[in-house]
Amino acid sequence: MVELIKSEALLDKKIATCVDKLDKKFSGQDGMRHIVVCGGTGCLSSESKEILEELERLIKEHNLEDKVSANVVGCFGFCSQGPFVKIYPEDTLYHAVKVSDVAKIFDEDIINHKVVTELLYEDPNTHERIQKQDDINFYAKQKRIVLHGSGTINPENLDEAFGNHSFEALKKVLHMTQQAVVDEVLASGLRGRGGAGFPTGKKWQFALNQVNEQKYVVCNGDEGDPGAFMDRSILEANPVNVIEGMMIAGYAIGARDGYFYVRAEYPIAVIRLKKAIKELEEVGLLGDNILGTKFSFRVHLRLGAGAFVCGEETALLNSIEGKRGMPRPRPPFPAVKGLWDKPTIINNVETLANVAYIINHGASEYSKIGDADSKGTKIFALGGKVKNVGLVEVPMGTTLRTLIFDIGGGIVNDKKFQAIQTGGPSGGCLTEADLDTPIDYGSLIAAGSMMGSGGAIVMDEDNCMVDVAKFYLEFICDESCGKCTPCRIGTKRLLEVLTRITNGNGSMEDLDLLKSLASTIKTGALCGLGQTAANPVLSTLAKFYPVYVEHVTDKKCRNGVCKKLITYNIDPNKCKKCSMCARNCPVGCISGVVGKEAFKIDTKKCIKCGTCMAVCRFGAVYKK
Amino acid sequence: MVLRKEAVDLVKNICNRYKDEPSPLMLILSDVQKEYGYIPLEVQEVISKEINVPVSEIYGVVTFYNFFSLNPKGKYVIGVCIGTACYVKGGQNIENKFEELLHIKAGQTTPDGKFTIDSLRCIGACALAPALSINGKVYPKMTVDKVATVLKEYQDKE
Amino acid sequence: MSKKITIYIENRPYEVDDGQTILQAAKKCGFNIPSLCTWRDGKCSLASCRVCLVHVDGARGLVPSCAYPINDGMHILINDPQAVTARRTSVELLLSNHYFDCKSCNKEGHCELLEVAHIVGARPEQYIGAKTDTTLDEVAPGIIRDTSKCILCGRCIEACKDAQGISILGFENRGFKTVVGPVQNRSFSEVPCIQCGQCTLVCPTGALMEHSSIDKLDKAFADKKLVIVQTAPAVRAAIGEEFGEKIGTTSTGKMVAALHRLGFYRVFDVNFGADETIVEEATELVKRIKDKVPGPMLTSCSPGWVNYIEYYYPELISHLSSCKSPHTMMGATIKSYYAQKHNIDPKNICVVSVMPCTAKKFEITRDGEAVDGNPDVDIVLTTREIARVIKRSGINWKSLPDEQFDDDLIGDYTGAGVIFGVTGGVMEAAIRSAYYFITGKELEPVEFKPVRGFAAIKSATVNIAGHDYNFAVSSGMANAHKLLDEIKEGKSKYDFIEIMGCPGGCINGGGQPYVNPAFLPNEDPDILDTYKEKRAAVLYREDEGRPIRRSHLNPDIIRLYKDFFGEFGSEKAHKYLHTHYNANREKFPKIK
Repeated sequence: MVELIKSEALLDKKIATCVDKLDKKFSGQDGMRHIVVCGGTGCLSSESKEILEELERLIKEHNLEDKVSANVVGCFGFCSQGPFVKIYPEDTLYHAVKVSDVAKIFDEDIINHKVVTELLYEDPNTHERIQKQDDINFYAKQKRIVLHGSGTINPENLDEAFGNHSFEALKKVLHMTQQAVVDEVLASGLRGRGGAGFPTGKKWQFALNQVNEQKYVVCNGDEGDPGAFMDRSILEANPVNVIEGMMIAGYAIGARDGYFYVRAEYPIAVIRLKKAIKELEEVGLLGDNILGTKFSFRVHLRLGAGAFVCGEETALLNSIEGKRGMPRPRPPFPAVKGLWDKPTIINNVETLANVAYIINHGASEYSKIGDADSKGTKIFALGGKVKNVGLVEVPMGTTLRTLIFDIGGGIVNDKKFQAIQTGGPSGGCLTEADLDTPIDYGSLIAAGSMMGSGGAIVMDEDNCMVDVAKFYLEFICDESCGKCTPCRIGTKRLLEVLTRITNGNGSMEDLDLLKSLASTIKTGALCGLGQTAANPVLSTLAKFYPVYVEHVTDKKCRNGVCKKLITYNIDPNKCKKCSMCARNCPVGCISGVVGKEAFKIDTKKCIKCGTCMAVCRFGAVYKK
Repeated sequence: MVLRKEAVDLVKNICNRYKDEPSPLMLILSDVQKEYGYIPLEVQEVISKEINVPVSEIYGVVTFYNFFSLNPKGKYVIGVCIGTACYVKGGQNIENKFEELLHIKAGQTTPDGKFTIDSLRCIGACALAPALSINGKVYPKMTVDKVATVLKEYQDKE
Repeated sequence: MSKKITIYIENRPYEVDDGQTILQAAKKCGFNIPSLCTWRDGKCSLASCRVCLVHVDGARGLVPSCAYPINDGMHILINDPQAVTARRTSVELLLSNHYFDCKSCNKEGHCELLEVAHIVGARPEQYIGAKTDTTLDEVAPGIIRDTSKCILCGRCIEACKDAQGISILGFENRGFKTVVGPVQNRSFSEVPCIQCGQCTLVCPTGALMEHSSIDKLDKAFADKKLVIVQTAPAVRAAIGEEFGEKIGTTSTGKMVAALHRLGFYRVFDVNFGADETIVEEATELVKRIKDKVPGPMLTSCSPGWVNYIEYYYPELISHLSSCKSPHTMMGATIKSYYAQKHNIDPKNICVVSVMPCTAKKFEITRDGEAVDGNPDVDIVLTTREIARVIKRSGINWKSLPDEQFDDDLIGDYTGAGVIFGVTGGVMEAAIRSAYYFITGKELEPVEFKPVRGFAAIKSATVNIAGHDYNFAVSSGMANAHKLLDEIKEGKSKYDFIEIMGCPGGCINGGGQPYVNPAFLPNEDPDILDTYKEKRAAVLYREDEGRPIRRSHLNPDIIRLYKDFFGEFGSEKAHKYLHTHYNANREKFPKIK
């Protein structure tokens, strides 16, 4: 029998009970041990589900159901060290747990209260084993306010969301006027976290100003930047928080319906979102007359179908409307004429996830975080050649150096840092010279990139920046919707020029052509995808011009990446004549005699797959 | 190709599932793709009649989105992620290896209908790059020399 | 009345009506900003070609003038170097994905891409690269599709949806691989396309055109056939436009003179055939009414419309008149009555119809459009094609005298026949004769204006011999299907309905001269709103000028029946002048 929460008094009671329960869970006052297992996609693919199942089985086997609990939680963020298992109330964090480790954790820690030291995270500098999450350096410089419940609460348990104070903000908002809510968000300085950084309060104001019976709130969960998984993690970890943010937005602008548009590639996020919506409907916190007021709100879910361009606002709207995801010319802007031609605001997942915090703590509190240009925090998906790959939330204004070398732990294998790409295929690269740039919207643009949605890919000396630009352009060409001429044909032509250059057939005129065509595409394309499509090219051209010139005049790829410009060779002095390379060569282009003659690669037949280099145990294979 | 009655009924039921939703086409196509396996023209004609949207529009939507397929996919869909994080860690080489072993290119299906290779754009497992997904099962930290082993796992299956 | 606001173009102020796009407002100020994907004079646009880009103070990047609304005080720069470069680049990119056979392309002289390329100063071969895979569909008799020339403007998709509501064309695939075409990139003959050609009227390049039959004409002359040409009424209402005449100029005399100078054996007016159609169809109507056959009866002279009913409303086919269309009736008459009287073997006769229509190229291949092994009509040429043939002979249009059609046993025509070319014309002509067949008295006045004009559906009630008869007229299937739905639901109150495939009737047929303001500097700026009326006026004027205006009074018709067919609606008349229909057309046949 589900008890309806149809009044403020009932909500207060519910939240109080759940907060108490959750506090007792973490503090041990309930006399139990609680095990939480990370259920983010990354850890799940490393069998964290099986880990949880094994724990549950052991608990049952030992008849400890009333003494020990186990549940799933959202992403811990330190993905390269997962799967994570955390035990309360001791606040012990185990990392890189395998299914075969579960028995040990259970016997030693659960039964015998002895911490399993070898499963604790080892600080790479001090080699200390660290027990508590907050003591780990990766977390020290972060400020996890959006990710507050992530790794803590069970995303599939509504009570734990209440325990995390969900819906207190909505309750507060229902006592405010719509304009007051908009003013608060405006005063907070919150800017769109999807990448463009448009002031959220301003967008809401435009929609509030429209006089229309029917308005919509749309949450853009079509996180398509390759390498970005912030929104996925937020939805997997704390969907209720985002729903609450959407409801507050709906109240503010006067909308009764909200639509989530989530990538179909995020099945777990979808499942958790669906569950949360259903349970909120069951208790009456979604539907008609919420908390006994005149405010009614319904949430609907629509899935993407594999088109990056649907992350663009108006393409997203067209997709919901059952059409090809082709963007619309603006004006009219969605706040005036959006979903089914009604006033609509489209906000990113992370943006909405900030709203409850702003209402609960106040705009002035919120705006103390960050710097003059950008308020609050930003979640980054730090990836690529950095040691600590994962999800981090930092206050705006944190420098790139801190992000990469402090929190990120520096470059893998201590190779040399070359660049960090932010903003995905719409962004640019930042180099050694930019490392002290504070992370905020304005500074990143001034430095030649942009905030983007939060993907941050680190590249080292083994990456070729021309190849990186080509990679992003290939992505854009694949994902271009094909509607407007500059993007459909222009980006294709840009890619053809870049391909020529990486194949050793480029000329200096090609470099000028790249620049001029890229600039025209920027000003002429219809939507953000096209307008920013040339950014990686323009940015790498500006910062790595000598590398481009080398590709063109010397036909050389100094980073050893562009296949047509490198050759694989075997150093006869290092070659141990074991024939490992020859045996693994897919085209049989390596010849030699086992034990007698050093092996040699026929560079004409070589397809540059790199297998020989990967299998040689003596480092005899090198690229030139 | 004439659809069997069961197929027509399946499609009509799916359309009916969403009869109260505004603009239900994407919802219907997602379910049809999942439950029927692909969305050929004959199925599109049924949908067209049910929701009163011209076939050319439905066809335009089906061919626009990666997830919708006009032709049946293989029994095992090998999704190699070539999103940025996986790409910089060699994801392309893994795709090439699968192509080499199965004698098909990405986007194609083997003649026996067993395998399809799909290039995926970021499945969000970036910390475990390069990532591979086969029918939803994610293989983290793939390498070129693991490809043959993983493939054999499925080749041995029915 | 719209509010007036001030905009600045290159810093000069202009007072314009609010509520327009930059493109529309600029045009009124005397700037024709080049554009490609807008149509209907800027009322409709995808804003996708990016050829009309201009600079607007305060806007981010350049803006598409076709979609960007003006506001008070807006500062626009058209001559801004960035905008000039961007416009040129957009065109150069389109050209880089285009197949150039301009000299032999049938769109030469009317190609908007080429025109715009000149205006923006596009440089040749600026961006050489791969081209999208192309498709050449020359299967359907009426219209062809050549994607190597397509610029993906999307106008044809809108035109098909707008005129016929059947959305045959659509975008497929994504990005560089995007194509425009019927589903599965099929041929027009493998989808329920009615081949009306409305898409060819809006295509800015040679991607969509009529299927050329000029080579067939040349072969007929080469084979020494007796080539007889006949022209539809709507052709004379527009052919002068191909030679620089203003829209709405009566060109009948010159048209006949030009045809006389091309070596045709006879130059007949299809209006004779129209008169045949009226006497047969009015007779059929009267008989149906007498026999209490469930109405309404539907006209059948528009093959685009006939295609539509066969594909989309096959259950209503019994309502269609069994009459052939005027030109095929006339062709059948030429190859039987005329040939016999002149002792000519019909196999030596080649009948060429000049039509405002593309669907008629399909019509002549239908089963039921041949008698005793002789096709009624051998070749259909559109108005645009015959103009090309006339130009090919170097004939100087302006110096042509006015000449008369041949009247050789057949060929005389009434005013009723002339008005076939405009929506409501068949109905009006039919009423003129049906009234007489029922009452024995002539309808006075001879004009029946309630069915004239361009409203979506027109209706009228006429009291004939004490009984009220209800008539309806519609054109373009987007309008007409409502009447069909009524019939299907058993709610139709009409006795007789005229339906034309093209909106406005044949004067706006798929084979007519292109009406593109960019190529018509001497026309009024609102010509797109008035050209149909102007062309229709040509026909109504000719009707007024005819000595005989009722089909049943045509002396050639009277003699034809006396000498050959017997009574109106006789068995012999049915053999030659009536056809049958196919209720089993597959919408999406299996393709090999």
